[in-house]
Amino acid sequence: MASVTLKDVVKVYEGGVKVVDGFNLEIADREFVVLVGPSGCGKSTTLRMIAGLEELSSGTIRIGDRVVNDVPPKDRDIAMVFQNYALYPHMTVYENMVFALKLRGLGAAAIHEKAMRAAKILGIEGLLDRKPKALSGGQRQRVALGRAIVREPKCFLFDEPLSNLDAKLRVQMRAEIKQLHMSLHATTVYVTHDQEEAMTLGDRVVVMKDGVIQQCDGALEIYHHPKNRFVAGFLGSPPMNFFEGHLLAEGDRLLFDEGTAKIQVPEWARAELAPRAGTAVVMGVRPGAMSDQASARFATADNSLPMRVTLIQPLGDKMDVVLATERHPHTVAHVDAHARIRTGETLPVYIDTERVHFFAPGAVGERIATKRR
Amino acid sequence: MAAADSPFSSTFRQKPWSRAVVHLFLIVGSLVFVFPVLWMLSTSLKPIEQTLTPEPVWIPHPIEIGNYASTIAYIPFLRYALNTVFVCALATIGTTLSSALVAFSFTRLEWPGRNLLFGLTLATMMVPFPVVMVPLYSVYRTLGWIGTLKPLWVPTFFGSAFSIFLLRQFFMRIPKSLPEAMTLDGASEFRIFWQMYLPLSKAPLVVVAFFQLMYSWNDLLGPLLFLTDQSTFTLTLGLQAYQSQEGGTQWHYLMAASVMTTLPIVVLFFIVQRALFQGMSSTQNFEG
Repeated sequence: MASVTLKDVVKVYEGGVKVVDGFNLEIADREFVVLVGPSGCGKSTTLRMIAGLEELSSGTIRIGDRVVNDVPPKDRDIAMVFQNYALYPHMTVYENMVFALKLRGLGAAAIHEKAMRAAKILGIEGLLDRKPKALSGGQRQRVALGRAIVREPKCFLFDEPLSNLDAKLRVQMRAEIKQLHMSLHATTVYVTHDQEEAMTLGDRVVVMKDGVIQQCDGALEIYHHPKNRFVAGFLGSPPMNFFEGHLLAEGDRLLFDEGTAKIQVPEWARAELAPRAGTAVVMGVRPGAMSDQASARFATADNSLPMRVTLIQPLGDKMDVVLATERHPHTVAHVDAHARIRTGETLPVYIDTERVHFFAPGAVGERIATKRR
Repeated sequence: MAAADSPFSSTFRQKPWSRAVVHLFLIVGSLVFVFPVLWMLSTSLKPIEQTLTPEPVWIPHPIEIGNYASTIAYIPFLRYALNTVFVCALATIGTTLSSALVAFSFTRLEWPGRNLLFGLTLATMMVPFPVVMVPLYSVYRTLGWIGTLKPLWVPTFFGSAFSIFLLRQFFMRIPKSLPEAMTLDGASEFRIFWQMYLPLSKAPLVVVAFFQLMYSWNDLLGPLLFLTDQSTFTLTLGLQAYQSQEGGTQWHYLMAASVMTTLPIVVLFFIVQRALFQGMSSTQNFEG
């Protein structure tokens, strides 16, 4: 087992496209770190640089105490699981799993023992004689995991390993990967574009955009205290709603003017927001921090917006209500299900100002204020 | 074949008479092609008097099976056959191996000038053989190869442009993650070539091998140019020489020899037919 350290890592492709820009990250021994971001954010490239499948343009990568920039992939002591599994189609499951061990010149008995142990952990003992073609998606994924496990690497690398599975299986395999990590204690770097996977799996989550780390923290820390608007909008489903408006000072009151109505800026945010009176800010509200009920515990006279219901999506106990104001035509509230509201009607929607976030204007506007919890 | 797969499905399936028309065309077409073959077969079984008659004889009487044994004694058929098999075996191995290796390099390895060289390789396909005939002859003469079988097989170990192209197109369909996974498993590039690209490319390799085999087997111009001694003649050249060496050609023996020359390729075709079509339609799926 080993730590993985990336220092000032830059990757520039031919033609000058910078896909990874000044990437700094220390992954502790046995830690499970998830790199997450939209496609093209450089997360896979970063992983491939750790694996040695891509060269660095500048910077250093260490695995343990050793700088591995010029170490060939096979000597880095890592194992990688690919999105399309990359099982060797012409070999049986067993042959797939022991290929690396054979190349290392291990004895037949040792190879067999390791392979059987891995097969047992993953419950694929019955599949060893099959070719990958004869396996289901989930089974293939298990074999790919098995191929990684048998090598007992210092570090596991996962490149969107669940993307090719259907939703149900994905949730199941997600849990298995987490359990596997807990029993093997191997340092793990996991790349995904799925924010839910990132939140559930990672000890730490690294949110990336355009080759730059936006935030690197525990999942809950990122969820509750996003550093900028991009991070806030990326984690959470349905995503956070953003209201672009102005700060108004009226007497001793500080108000957020959405355009159609004004909301009182909560006490905890006054210190950060007061100097910005008169300027544009963005208020972020998670769908769960909104309510259509006047009886909601946070409902007061000066924290509601009149909004028109454009769509109702029932989810069972809860429902997602798509709401619109003049300036913000797509806002989602995640509320308790009931049958009293109708599409087309306009009603006051209450906002829990204890749980809102304020950002500077712009797509990646920096956080101005968020309440510590 | 399912109706949907038939090339005639959309237009011809509708009308009941269309099938008959299509079949008529196909039957007439195949008769045209099979006619010379049948004539060859028939002549090879005739006594000499029946080979050139004003009224064509289709069914020989008596049927002279013995023509075949006599042919082998009459011309050095076994010698020619042995030469041909030797050339074909080496040329087939040479083209298949070398083209695959070059195609692998063009697909998987990164080196400066790769694309330019690939373009040049393709460009050589546009040069007709007669253009390089004379320069090649002088090269082989300098090497002292004229009169030996070497000009017919040694060059095949330097790849053939078309085979390289065919294999490269196939190799490109192998997902990159497969060789990458092998790299991480500790395999060298040559091992990746040998243990992944070759086993995964059986079908196109069969195509390449079969085409080279057929070419070498049927080649007349090459042997005609480079072979000088009867003992090194291949079948095609041997038959050719045999035909012209006497005034009254022994047509029945010549046709018997021709049948024996044609038959192996035809038989082989039926054996590899499946792999051949699979290799040319290339619908293999590597997921998994």
